[in-house]
Amino acid sequence: MTTRDIVFVAVGAVTALSALLSVTTKHVVHAALWLLVSLGSLAGAYLVLGQELVGLVQLLVYVGAIVVLVLFALMLTRAPIGPHAEIDTPRWQRVAGAVLGGATTALLASLLLPLFAGATADLDRPSTTTPQIAQAIFGTWVWPFELLSVLLLVALVGAFAVSRIVLQRDGADRHDADHPDHPDHHDSHDDGDRTAATTAVTSEPGTGRVG
Amino acid sequence: MIHLSLPAALAALLAGLGVYGVLARRNAVLVLIGVELILNAANLLLVTAGSRPGAPLSAGPVITLFVITIAAAEITVALAIILVMFRRTGHIDLTAVPDLSDEPEPAGEGAP
Repeated sequence: MTTRDIVFVAVGAVTALSALLSVTTKHVVHAALWLLVSLGSLAGAYLVLGQELVGLVQLLVYVGAIVVLVLFALMLTRAPIGPHAEIDTPRWQRVAGAVLGGATTALLASLLLPLFAGATADLDRPSTTTPQIAQAIFGTWVWPFELLSVLLLVALVGAFAVSRIVLQRDGADRHDADHPDHPDHHDSHDDGDRTAATTAVTSEPGTGRVG
Repeated sequence: MIHLSLPAALAALLAGLGVYGVLARRNAVLVLIGVELILNAANLLLVTAGSRPGAPLSAGPVITLFVITIAAAEITVALAIILVMFRRTGHIDLTAVPDLSDEPEPAGEGAP
């Protein structure tokens, strides 16, 4: 056991323990907060492994953006505060899930541990430094990198479209059922009411009657 | 120097915990938390494999950065779908019996 081994065991124990708590806790909001602890300490694990760029991006994107997005989703779906048994499946299903999770861990460990059995990384002379990663991204990997920007744009438009399409169906159905005389007025009014409680993206007044 | 079997074991553990989280939760957002754990296990494994001496093309850290980006895109769309589900049904319980009555929408559930 070298010093880095001991540090990694400490950071990894925090990661695994908080991950365990985030999938078992009965508090809905605590699950997201334990996920935050788990992903943050996983960024620390990347630092111990010598990949400081990956650790910082993990901190920025996962801890900074994704967990905050999850917390927003929990708030917007009126997550109950306090312990809540309703968020878990029945006991037999949880037992089956634990068996399957344990089987996944056993399978992966039995495959990976022999694979990495004698492998060590000398992190005082790292094989991959940040300048090398930058050169690789903008050299070898430049086309996947550009495709990823397209993917992000598609995801943004897709998320927007998903919320818009269903809102319009709601508005149209409501107008057919209740107010056949004033479709436009009721439609936009209904949209405004609903989006006010949901997302900032869809609540702009100018987008009330898109399409 | 670090023994790479330690991060490999942690990746296996995180993947198992993520599978349990996906299977044991009814709340859709909490299922997504399990998915995030599985993705992070994959990332840790990529970084571990990339820090072996002689790994070509810096593939480990670069693909990890790509997977982080894809995870951000994935969770954006997933949370949009969950919010739509909450607006239409009033809950995000994935095991609930689907409401097949056509009362809120005369066109029917299967209409495009």
